[in-house]
Amino acid sequence: MKRSLNLATILSGVLMILLFWLGLSWLLNSPVMPSPIDVIPIFIFSMAGDLGIHFLASTGRVLASITLAVITAVPAGLALGQMPSVNRIFDPLIAIIYPIPKIVFLPVIYILLGITDISKIFLIAVIVFFQILVVVRDEASGLHPELILSVRSIGAGRRALFRFVYIPASLPAVLTAVRISIGTAVAVLFIAEQSLTTWGLGYYIIVETYQVLLYPEMYAGILGMSLLGLSLYFLVDYLERKVNRHLYLDN
Amino acid sequence: MIDISNLTFSYPGQPNLFDGFSISISEGECWSIIGPSGCGKTTLLYFMSRLIKPNSGSVRIDGEVSIRPRPKTGLVLQDHGLLPWSTTQKNVSLGFNVRRFYGPDGLHAPSGSKMNRKTELQIVDHWLNRLGISDLRDKYPSQMSRGQRQRAALARTLALSPDLLLMDEPFSALDAPTRKDLQDLVIELNRERNMTCVTVTHNIDEAVFMGQKILILARSINSEPVVIDNPSATDLNHDSFQAMCQKIENRLERSA
Repeated sequence: MKRSLNLATILSGVLMILLFWLGLSWLLNSPVMPSPIDVIPIFIFSMAGDLGIHFLASTGRVLASITLAVITAVPAGLALGQMPSVNRIFDPLIAIIYPIPKIVFLPVIYILLGITDISKIFLIAVIVFFQILVVVRDEASGLHPELILSVRSIGAGRRALFRFVYIPASLPAVLTAVRISIGTAVAVLFIAEQSLTTWGLGYYIIVETYQVLLYPEMYAGILGMSLLGLSLYFLVDYLERKVNRHLYLDN
Repeated sequence: MIDISNLTFSYPGQPNLFDGFSISISEGECWSIIGPSGCGKTTLLYFMSRLIKPNSGSVRIDGEVSIRPRPKTGLVLQDHGLLPWSTTQKNVSLGFNVRRFYGPDGLHAPSGSKMNRKTELQIVDHWLNRLGISDLRDKYPSQMSRGQRQRAALARTLALSPDLLLMDEPFSALDAPTRKDLQDLVIELNRERNMTCVTVTHNIDEAVFMGQKILILARSINSEPVVIDNPSATDLNHDSFQAMCQKIENRLERSA
Protein backbone atom coordinates (compact mmCIF):
# COMPACT_ATOMS: atom_id res chain seq x y z
CA MET A 1 0.00 0.00 0.00
CA LYS A 2 1.23 3.46 -0.81
CA ARG A 3 1.93 5.65 2.15
CA SER A 4 2.44 9.35 2.05
CA LEU A 5 4.00 11.76 4.48
CA ASN A 6 1.54 13.79 6.45
CA LEU A 7 2.22 17.17 7.96
CA ALA A 8 3.02 15.81 11.42
CA THR A 9 5.64 13.43 10.01
CA ILE A 10 7.25 16.22 8.00
CA LEU A 11 7.35 18.64 10.91
CA SER A 12 8.78 16.12 13.34
CA GLY A 13 11.38 15.10 10.73
CA VAL A 14 12.46 18.71 10.24
CA LEU A 15 12.58 19.23 13.99
CA MET A 16 14.78 16.16 14.45
CA ILE A 17 17.22 17.35 11.80
CA LEU A 18 17.43 20.79 13.43
CA LEU A 19 18.06 19.23 16.85
CA PHE A 20 20.71 16.93 15.43
CA TRP A 21 22.33 19.86 13.64
CA LEU A 22 22.22 21.98 16.80
CA GLY A 23 23.82 19.19 18.82
CA LEU A 24 26.53 18.64 16.25
CA SER A 25 27.43 22.33 16.03
CA TRP A 26 27.53 22.53 19.82
CA LEU A 27 29.78 19.42 20.01
CA LEU A 28 32.18 20.49 17.25
CA ASN A 29 32.16 24.13 18.29
CA SER A 30 33.91 25.13 15.08
CA PRO A 31 33.24 27.66 12.29
CA VAL A 32 32.86 24.78 9.78
CA MET A 33 29.65 23.73 11.56
CA PRO A 34 27.66 26.87 12.38
CA SER A 35 24.48 26.39 14.35
CA PRO A 36 21.07 26.54 12.63
CA ILE A 37 20.31 29.53 14.83
CA ASP A 38 22.94 31.46 12.87
CA VAL A 39 22.22 29.92 9.47
CA ILE A 40 18.44 30.16 9.28
CA PRO A 41 18.27 33.98 9.54
CA ILE A 42 21.00 34.22 6.88
CA PHE A 43 19.02 31.78 4.73
CA ILE A 44 15.82 33.76 5.02
CA PHE A 45 17.65 37.04 4.43
CA SER A 46 19.58 35.79 1.36
CA MET A 47 16.57 34.11 -0.17
CA ALA A 48 15.19 37.62 -0.61
CA GLY A 49 18.42 38.53 -2.42
CA ASP A 50 21.04 36.68 -4.45
CA LEU A 51 20.36 33.22 -3.03
CA GLY A 52 16.76 33.56 -4.21
CA ILE A 53 17.96 34.14 -7.77
CA HIS A 54 20.31 31.15 -7.56
CA PHE A 55 17.38 29.12 -6.25
CA LEU A 56 15.16 30.20 -9.13
CA ALA A 57 17.89 29.45 -11.68
CA SER A 58 18.23 25.90 -10.34
CA THR A 59 14.47 25.39 -10.13
CA GLY A 60 14.07 26.54 -13.72
CA ARG A 61 16.72 24.10 -14.94
CA VAL A 62 15.24 21.12 -13.08
CA LEU A 63 11.69 21.87 -14.20
CA ALA A 64 12.78 22.35 -17.81
CA SER A 65 14.68 19.05 -17.70
CA ILE A 66 11.79 17.10 -16.21
CA THR A 67 9.33 18.61 -18.68
CA LEU A 68 11.59 17.76 -21.59
CA ALA A 69 12.04 14.21 -20.28
CA VAL A 70 8.30 13.66 -19.73
CA ILE A 71 7.17 14.91 -23.13
CA THR A 72 9.68 12.71 -24.93
CA ALA A 73 9.76 9.61 -22.71
CA VAL A 74 6.00 9.12 -22.30
CA PRO A 75 5.16 8.78 -26.02
CA ALA A 76 8.30 6.69 -26.59
CA GLY A 77 7.48 4.41 -23.65
CA LEU A 78 3.87 4.00 -24.77
CA ALA A 79 4.99 3.16 -28.30
CA LEU A 80 7.51 0.58 -27.09
CA GLY A 81 5.01 -0.93 -24.66
CA GLN A 82 2.34 -1.37 -27.30
CA MET A 83 4.63 -2.50 -30.13
CA PRO A 84 6.50 -5.61 -28.96
CA SER A 85 8.40 -5.92 -32.25
CA VAL A 86 9.86 -2.42 -31.92
CA ASN A 87 10.58 -3.04 -28.25
CA ARG A 88 12.55 -6.18 -29.08
CA ILE A 89 14.86 -4.10 -31.29
CA PHE A 90 15.50 -1.35 -28.74
CA ASP A 91 15.43 -3.42 -25.57
CA PRO A 92 19.17 -4.34 -25.55
CA LEU A 93 20.13 -0.71 -26.11
CA ILE A 94 17.91 0.51 -23.29
CA ALA A 95 19.11 -2.28 -21.01
CA ILE A 96 22.72 -1.18 -21.51
CA ILE A 97 22.19 2.59 -21.32
CA TYR A 98 19.80 2.50 -18.37
CA PRO A 99 22.34 1.66 -15.62
CA ILE A 100 25.19 3.82 -16.99
CA PRO A 101 25.70 6.91 -14.79
CA LYS A 102 24.94 9.42 -17.50
CA ILE A 103 26.67 12.28 -15.71
CA VAL A 104 29.95 11.03 -17.17
CA PHE A 105 28.67 12.28 -20.51
CA LEU A 106 28.71 15.84 -19.17
CA PRO A 107 31.92 16.85 -21.03
CA VAL A 108 30.64 15.18 -24.21
CA ILE A 109 27.42 17.13 -24.00
CA TYR A 110 29.36 20.35 -23.39
CA ILE A 111 31.44 19.68 -26.49
CA LEU A 112 28.45 18.83 -28.65
CA LEU A 113 25.86 21.30 -27.37
CA GLY A 114 28.11 24.09 -26.21
CA ILE A 115 28.56 25.63 -22.79
CA THR A 116 25.04 26.84 -22.26
CA ASP A 117 22.11 26.08 -20.00
CA ILE A 118 20.83 23.81 -22.71
CA SER A 119 23.65 21.36 -22.04
CA LYS A 120 22.87 21.16 -18.33
CA ILE A 121 19.13 20.81 -18.98
CA PHE A 122 19.77 18.18 -21.63
CA LEU A 123 21.98 16.10 -19.33
CA ILE A 124 19.39 15.97 -16.56
CA ALA A 125 16.62 15.32 -19.08
CA VAL A 126 18.55 12.31 -20.44
CA ILE A 127 18.84 10.82 -16.96
CA VAL A 128 15.16 11.30 -16.15
CA PHE A 129 14.17 10.20 -19.67
CA PHE A 130 15.39 6.64 -19.18
CA GLN A 131 13.74 6.28 -15.79
CA ILE A 132 10.38 7.33 -17.21
CA LEU A 133 10.81 5.43 -20.47
CA VAL A 134 11.28 2.10 -18.72
CA VAL A 135 8.35 2.37 -16.32
CA VAL A 136 5.94 3.71 -18.94
CA ARG A 137 6.94 0.95 -21.35
CA ASP A 138 6.37 -1.74 -18.73
CA GLU A 139 3.07 -0.18 -17.70
CA ALA A 140 1.82 0.04 -21.29
CA SER A 141 2.79 -3.54 -22.09
CA GLY A 142 1.03 -4.75 -18.94
CA LEU A 143 -2.37 -3.37 -19.94
CA HIS A 144 -5.02 -6.08 -20.32
CA PRO A 145 -5.75 -6.67 -24.01
CA GLU A 146 -9.42 -7.05 -23.02
CA LEU A 147 -9.43 -3.50 -21.69
CA ILE A 148 -8.12 -2.12 -24.97
CA LEU A 149 -10.49 -4.27 -27.04
CA SER A 150 -13.52 -3.23 -25.08
CA VAL A 151 -12.64 0.45 -25.30
CA ARG A 152 -12.02 0.05 -29.03
CA SER A 153 -15.40 -1.63 -29.39
CA ILE A 154 -17.01 1.50 -27.94
CA GLY A 155 -15.61 3.36 -30.93
CA ALA A 156 -12.23 4.52 -29.70
CA GLY A 157 -9.56 4.82 -32.38
CA ARG A 158 -5.87 5.42 -31.75
CA ARG A 159 -6.29 9.00 -30.57
CA ALA A 160 -9.10 8.20 -28.15
CA LEU A 161 -7.14 5.21 -26.83
CA PHE A 162 -4.31 7.57 -25.93
CA ARG A 163 -6.68 10.02 -24.33
CA PHE A 164 -8.83 7.53 -22.42
CA VAL A 165 -6.55 4.54 -21.82
CA TYR A 166 -2.82 4.93 -22.38
CA ILE A 167 -2.30 8.34 -20.80
CA PRO A 168 -4.38 7.72 -17.66
CA ALA A 169 -2.93 4.21 -17.36
CA SER A 170 0.66 5.41 -17.42
CA LEU A 171 0.20 8.59 -15.41
CA PRO A 172 0.77 6.87 -12.05
CA ALA A 173 3.98 5.29 -13.36
CA VAL A 174 5.15 8.60 -14.84
CA LEU A 175 4.64 10.42 -11.57
CA THR A 176 6.35 7.67 -9.59
CA ALA A 177 9.30 7.73 -12.00
CA VAL A 178 9.53 11.53 -11.76
CA ARG A 179 9.34 11.43 -7.98
CA ILE A 180 12.09 8.81 -7.79
CA SER A 181 14.33 10.61 -10.28
CA ILE A 182 14.06 14.00 -8.57
CA GLY A 183 16.86 13.04 -6.18
CA THR A 184 19.17 12.13 -9.05
CA ALA A 185 18.13 15.18 -11.05
CA VAL A 186 18.96 17.58 -8.21
CA ALA A 187 22.25 15.78 -7.52
CA VAL A 188 23.31 16.03 -11.16
CA LEU A 189 22.19 19.65 -11.22
CA PHE A 190 24.44 20.34 -8.22
CA ILE A 191 27.44 18.96 -10.07
CA ALA A 192 26.60 20.55 -13.40
CA GLU A 193 26.14 23.96 -11.81
CA GLN A 194 29.58 24.01 -10.22
CA SER A 195 31.18 25.20 -13.39
CA LEU A 196 30.46 27.14 -16.54
CA THR A 197 27.68 29.23 -15.09
CA THR A 198 27.36 32.04 -12.59
CA TRP A 199 23.84 31.35 -11.38
CA GLY A 200 22.46 28.29 -9.63
CA LEU A 201 22.66 26.74 -6.19
CA GLY A 202 25.57 24.49 -7.18
CA TYR A 203 27.60 27.55 -8.12
CA TYR A 204 26.53 29.40 -4.99
CA ILE A 205 27.42 26.55 -2.64
CA ILE A 206 30.78 25.64 -4.17
CA VAL A 207 32.21 28.75 -5.82
CA GLU A 208 30.63 31.68 -3.98
CA THR A 209 30.68 30.30 -0.45
CA TYR A 210 32.65 27.07 0.10
CA GLN A 211 35.74 28.17 -1.83
CA VAL A 212 35.85 31.51 0.00
CA LEU A 213 35.14 29.98 3.40
CA LEU A 214 31.77 31.66 3.92
CA TYR A 215 30.45 28.71 5.94
CA PRO A 216 27.14 30.07 7.26
CA GLU A 217 26.24 31.18 3.70
CA MET A 218 27.30 27.78 2.38
CA TYR A 219 24.86 26.13 4.78
CA ALA A 220 22.18 28.53 3.65
CA GLY A 221 22.85 27.31 0.10
CA ILE A 222 22.62 23.70 1.23
CA LEU A 223 19.29 24.52 2.87
CA GLY A 224 18.17 26.03 -0.44
CA MET A 225 19.12 22.91 -2.36
CA SER A 226 17.35 20.71 0.20
CA LEU A 227 14.28 22.89 -0.04
CA LEU A 228 14.33 22.55 -3.82
CA GLY A 229 14.51 18.75 -3.67
CA LEU A 230 11.86 18.50 -0.97
CA SER A 231 9.42 20.89 -2.65
CA LEU A 232 9.64 19.03 -5.95
CA TYR A 233 9.21 15.71 -4.18
CA PHE A 234 6.13 16.87 -2.31
CA LEU A 235 4.70 18.54 -5.39
CA VAL A 236 4.86 15.27 -7.32
CA ASP A 237 3.62 13.34 -4.31
CA TYR A 238 0.62 15.67 -4.12
CA LEU A 239 -0.07 15.23 -7.84
CA GLU A 240 0.14 11.44 -7.50
CA ARG A 241 -2.41 11.51 -4.74
CA LYS A 242 -4.73 13.77 -6.69
CA VAL A 243 -4.49 11.92 -9.98
CA ASN A 244 -4.47 8.36 -8.67
CA ARG A 245 -7.30 8.30 -6.24
CA HIS A 246 -8.02 4.72 -7.20
CA LEU A 247 -4.63 3.63 -5.83
CA TYR A 248 -5.15 5.20 -2.43
CA LEU A 249 -8.44 3.62 -1.45
CA ASP A 250 -8.78 2.30 2.05
CA ASN A 251 -11.19 -0.57 1.80
CA MET B 1 -27.98 -8.20 -39.25
CA ILE B 2 -24.80 -10.30 -39.43
CA ASP B 3 -23.69 -11.94 -42.67
CA ILE B 4 -20.48 -13.86 -42.58
CA SER B 5 -19.55 -15.46 -45.86
CA ASN B 6 -16.66 -17.66 -46.83
CA LEU B 7 -14.65 -16.68 -43.78
CA THR B 8 -11.13 -18.08 -43.58
CA PHE B 9 -8.86 -17.31 -40.68
CA SER B 10 -5.87 -18.58 -38.75
CA TYR B 11 -3.66 -16.99 -36.15
CA PRO B 12 -0.08 -16.59 -37.45
CA GLY B 13 1.74 -19.91 -37.42
CA GLN B 14 -1.33 -21.94 -36.45
CA PRO B 15 -3.72 -24.15 -38.42
CA ASN B 16 -6.92 -22.63 -39.78
CA LEU B 17 -9.68 -22.01 -37.26
CA PHE B 18 -12.19 -21.22 -39.97
CA ASP B 19 -12.18 -22.29 -43.59
CA GLY B 20 -14.97 -21.16 -45.91
CA PHE B 21 -17.25 -20.59 -42.92
CA SER B 22 -20.58 -18.84 -43.55
CA ILE B 23 -23.38 -17.91 -41.24
CA SER B 24 -26.23 -15.44 -41.19
CA ILE B 25 -27.93 -13.96 -38.14
CA SER B 26 -31.16 -12.03 -38.61
CA GLU B 27 -32.19 -8.88 -36.83
CA GLY B 28 -33.75 -9.44 -33.43
CA GLU B 29 -32.49 -12.99 -33.05
CA CYS B 30 -30.77 -14.34 -29.96
CA TRP B 31 -27.85 -16.65 -30.61
CA SER B 32 -25.53 -18.68 -28.43
CA ILE B 33 -22.11 -19.85 -29.51
CA ILE B 34 -20.71 -22.81 -27.63
CA GLY B 35 -17.70 -25.07 -28.05
CA PRO B 36 -14.54 -26.32 -26.36
CA SER B 37 -11.85 -23.78 -25.51
CA GLY B 38 -9.65 -22.90 -28.45
CA CYS B 39 -12.43 -23.57 -30.97
CA GLY B 40 -12.57 -19.94 -32.06
CA LYS B 41 -15.79 -18.76 -30.41
CA THR B 42 -14.21 -15.58 -29.07
CA THR B 43 -12.44 -15.05 -32.40
CA LEU B 44 -15.79 -15.29 -34.18
CA LEU B 45 -17.22 -12.69 -31.80
CA TYR B 46 -14.28 -10.39 -32.54
CA PHE B 47 -15.10 -10.68 -36.27
CA MET B 48 -18.67 -9.67 -35.53
CA SER B 49 -17.45 -6.68 -33.52
CA ARG B 50 -14.88 -6.03 -36.26
CA LEU B 51 -11.96 -5.81 -33.91
CA ILE B 52 -10.04 -8.20 -36.14
CA LYS B 53 -10.05 -8.91 -39.86
CA PRO B 54 -10.44 -12.33 -41.54
CA ASN B 55 -7.69 -13.60 -43.86
CA SER B 56 -10.34 -13.86 -46.54
CA GLY B 57 -14.11 -13.79 -46.81
CA SER B 58 -16.38 -11.02 -45.66
CA VAL B 59 -18.18 -9.93 -42.52
CA ARG B 60 -21.20 -7.76 -43.22
CA ILE B 61 -22.98 -6.07 -40.36
CA ASP B 62 -26.29 -4.44 -41.24
CA GLY B 63 -25.32 -4.72 -44.90
CA GLU B 64 -22.03 -2.85 -44.73
CA VAL B 65 -18.46 -4.08 -44.83
CA SER B 66 -16.09 -1.92 -42.86
CA ILE B 67 -12.85 -2.37 -41.04
CA ARG B 68 -13.57 -0.46 -37.86
CA PRO B 69 -15.89 -1.23 -34.94
CA ARG B 70 -19.42 -0.14 -35.67
CA PRO B 71 -20.84 2.49 -33.28
CA LYS B 72 -24.15 0.68 -32.81
CA THR B 73 -22.58 -2.65 -31.89
CA GLY B 74 -22.06 -3.28 -28.19
CA LEU B 75 -19.42 -5.69 -26.91
CA VAL B 76 -19.21 -7.03 -23.36
CA LEU B 77 -16.17 -9.07 -22.33
CA GLN B 78 -15.78 -11.29 -19.32
CA ASP B 79 -13.56 -9.09 -17.19
CA HIS B 80 -10.98 -6.31 -17.30
CA GLY B 81 -13.23 -4.20 -19.49
CA LEU B 82 -13.60 -1.31 -17.03
CA LEU B 83 -11.05 1.46 -16.58
CA PRO B 84 -9.50 0.81 -13.15
CA TRP B 85 -8.85 4.51 -12.57
CA SER B 86 -12.45 5.61 -13.18
CA THR B 87 -15.51 5.43 -10.98
CA THR B 88 -18.58 3.47 -12.06
CA GLN B 89 -20.29 6.63 -13.18
CA LYS B 90 -17.29 7.64 -15.32
CA ASN B 91 -16.93 4.13 -16.70
CA VAL B 92 -20.56 3.99 -17.75
CA SER B 93 -20.19 7.43 -19.38
CA LEU B 94 -17.07 6.37 -21.29
CA GLY B 95 -18.92 5.71 -24.54
CA PHE B 96 -20.41 9.21 -24.53
CA ASN B 97 -17.05 10.74 -23.71
CA VAL B 98 -15.36 8.90 -26.57
CA ARG B 99 -18.15 10.05 -28.89
CA ARG B 100 -17.82 13.63 -27.79
CA PHE B 101 -14.05 13.36 -28.31
CA TYR B 102 -14.58 12.63 -32.00
CA GLY B 103 -17.85 14.41 -32.61
CA PRO B 104 -20.63 12.75 -34.66
CA ASP B 105 -18.37 11.77 -37.57
CA GLY B 106 -20.17 8.57 -38.55
CA LEU B 107 -16.98 6.55 -38.08
CA HIS B 108 -16.42 6.46 -34.34
CA ALA B 109 -19.85 7.74 -33.39
CA PRO B 110 -23.17 7.57 -35.26
CA SER B 111 -23.50 10.61 -37.50
CA GLY B 112 -26.14 13.09 -36.51
CA SER B 113 -26.23 11.80 -32.95
CA LYS B 114 -26.16 15.13 -31.20
CA MET B 115 -26.62 14.85 -27.50
CA ASN B 116 -26.13 17.28 -24.70
CA ARG B 117 -24.40 16.40 -21.48
CA LYS B 118 -27.59 16.51 -19.48
CA THR B 119 -29.34 13.89 -21.59
CA GLU B 120 -26.24 11.73 -21.46
CA LEU B 121 -26.09 11.92 -17.68
CA GLN B 122 -29.76 11.01 -17.51
CA ILE B 123 -29.17 7.98 -19.71
CA VAL B 124 -26.23 6.93 -17.56
CA ASP B 125 -28.37 7.33 -14.44
CA HIS B 126 -31.14 5.30 -16.03
CA TRP B 127 -28.83 2.35 -16.68
CA LEU B 128 -27.14 2.59 -13.31
CA ASN B 129 -30.61 2.29 -11.80
CA ARG B 130 -31.83 -0.42 -14.09
CA LEU B 131 -28.77 -2.54 -13.32
CA GLY B 132 -29.07 -1.82 -9.62
CA ILE B 133 -25.67 -0.18 -9.20
CA SER B 134 -26.63 3.45 -8.71
CA ASP B 135 -25.29 3.46 -5.15
CA LEU B 136 -21.91 2.32 -6.50
CA ARG B 137 -21.56 5.30 -8.83
CA ASP B 138 -18.54 6.69 -6.99
CA LYS B 139 -16.79 3.36 -6.42
CA TYR B 140 -13.78 2.19 -8.39
CA PRO B 141 -13.75 -1.26 -10.04
CA SER B 142 -11.34 -2.60 -7.42
CA GLN B 143 -13.93 -1.84 -4.74
CA MET B 144 -16.65 -3.84 -6.44
CA SER B 145 -17.50 -7.53 -6.74
CA ARG B 146 -17.24 -9.28 -10.07
CA GLY B 147 -21.00 -9.26 -10.46
CA GLN B 148 -21.12 -5.52 -9.83
CA ARG B 149 -18.31 -4.93 -12.32
CA GLN B 150 -20.12 -6.98 -14.92
CA ARG B 151 -23.28 -4.94 -14.34
CA ALA B 152 -21.25 -1.77 -14.84
CA ALA B 153 -19.74 -3.14 -18.06
CA LEU B 154 -23.22 -4.01 -19.30
CA ALA B 155 -24.53 -0.56 -18.34
CA ARG B 156 -21.69 1.09 -20.25
CA THR B 157 -22.57 -0.84 -23.39
CA LEU B 158 -26.35 -0.45 -23.08
CA ALA B 159 -26.08 3.30 -22.47
CA LEU B 160 -25.07 3.64 -26.13
CA SER B 161 -28.35 1.90 -27.15
CA PRO B 162 -26.80 -0.80 -29.35
CA ASP B 163 -28.92 -2.68 -31.87
CA LEU B 164 -26.47 -5.59 -31.71
CA LEU B 165 -25.14 -6.90 -28.42
CA LEU B 166 -22.15 -9.25 -28.46
CA MET B 167 -21.13 -10.90 -25.22
CA ASP B 168 -18.10 -13.07 -24.48
CA GLU B 169 -18.74 -15.32 -21.47
CA PRO B 170 -20.42 -12.36 -19.84
CA PHE B 171 -21.86 -14.12 -16.83
CA SER B 172 -19.55 -17.07 -16.28
CA ALA B 173 -17.82 -15.67 -13.20
CA LEU B 174 -21.04 -14.69 -11.46
CA ASP B 175 -23.08 -16.40 -8.78
CA ALA B 176 -26.30 -18.07 -9.89
CA PRO B 177 -28.87 -15.41 -8.87
CA THR B 178 -26.82 -12.59 -10.41
CA ARG B 179 -26.35 -14.58 -13.58
CA LYS B 180 -30.06 -15.27 -13.88
CA ASP B 181 -30.82 -11.62 -13.23
CA LEU B 182 -28.55 -10.37 -16.01
CA GLN B 183 -29.63 -13.08 -18.45
CA ASP B 184 -33.24 -12.02 -17.90
CA LEU B 185 -32.33 -8.39 -18.47
CA VAL B 186 -30.65 -9.14 -21.80
CA ILE B 187 -33.64 -11.23 -22.97
CA GLU B 188 -35.95 -8.40 -21.89
CA LEU B 189 -33.99 -5.86 -23.95
CA ASN B 190 -33.98 -8.21 -26.90
CA ARG B 191 -37.79 -8.23 -26.81
CA GLU B 192 -38.22 -4.59 -25.84
CA ARG B 193 -36.11 -3.06 -28.61
CA ASN B 194 -35.53 -5.93 -31.00
CA MET B 195 -31.85 -5.94 -30.10
CA THR B 196 -29.90 -8.75 -31.73
CA CYS B 197 -27.89 -10.76 -29.19
CA VAL B 198 -24.97 -13.13 -29.54
CA THR B 199 -23.66 -14.83 -26.40
CA VAL B 200 -20.44 -16.81 -26.36
CA THR B 201 -20.43 -19.30 -23.49
CA HIS B 202 -19.00 -22.60 -22.35
CA ASN B 203 -21.97 -23.22 -20.10
CA ILE B 204 -24.60 -25.50 -21.68
CA ASP B 205 -27.50 -24.23 -19.56
CA GLU B 206 -26.64 -20.67 -20.48
CA ALA B 207 -26.35 -21.52 -24.17
CA VAL B 208 -29.80 -23.13 -24.12
CA PHE B 209 -31.33 -20.30 -22.11
CA MET B 210 -29.86 -17.46 -24.19
CA GLY B 211 -29.99 -18.88 -27.70
CA GLN B 212 -32.98 -19.33 -29.95
CA LYS B 213 -30.30 -20.69 -32.20
CA ILE B 214 -27.22 -22.41 -30.89
CA LEU B 215 -24.04 -22.49 -32.94
CA ILE B 216 -21.67 -25.31 -31.99
CA LEU B 217 -18.04 -24.85 -32.93
CA ALA B 218 -15.51 -27.67 -33.07
CA ARG B 219 -11.88 -27.68 -32.08
CA SER B 220 -10.93 -28.72 -35.61
CA ILE B 221 -11.38 -26.49 -38.67
CA ASN B 222 -14.86 -24.98 -38.81
CA SER B 223 -16.34 -25.02 -42.31
CA GLU B 224 -19.98 -26.08 -42.13
CA PRO B 225 -21.72 -24.33 -39.24
CA VAL B 226 -23.59 -26.64 -36.84
CA VAL B 227 -26.69 -24.68 -35.83
CA ILE B 228 -29.44 -26.07 -33.63
CA ASP B 229 -32.88 -24.48 -33.44
CA ASN B 230 -33.89 -24.16 -29.85
CA PRO B 231 -37.58 -23.60 -29.08
CA SER B 232 -36.96 -23.84 -25.33
CA ALA B 233 -34.81 -20.72 -25.18
CA THR B 234 -35.51 -18.32 -22.28
CA ASP B 235 -37.87 -20.83 -20.70
CA LEU B 236 -36.32 -23.01 -18.00
CA ASN B 237 -39.64 -24.81 -17.51
CA HIS B 238 -40.10 -25.66 -21.14
CA ASP B 239 -40.74 -29.40 -21.70
CA SER B 240 -37.71 -29.79 -23.87
CA PHE B 241 -35.25 -27.58 -21.94
CA GLN B 242 -33.44 -30.48 -20.27
CA ALA B 243 -33.61 -32.55 -23.45
CA MET B 244 -32.04 -29.67 -25.36
CA CYS B 245 -29.22 -29.42 -22.81
CA GLN B 246 -28.62 -33.13 -23.20
CA LYS B 247 -28.63 -32.82 -26.97
CA ILE B 248 -26.05 -30.01 -26.91
CA GLU B 249 -23.91 -31.98 -24.51
CA ASN B 250 -23.94 -34.98 -26.87
CA ARG B 251 -23.04 -32.81 -29.83
CA LEU B 252 -20.15 -31.25 -27.91
CA GLU B 253 -18.82 -34.65 -26.92
CA ARG B 254 -18.97 -35.81 -30.50
CA SER B 255 -17.10 -32.75 -31.80
CA ALA B 256 -14.41 -32.90 -29.11
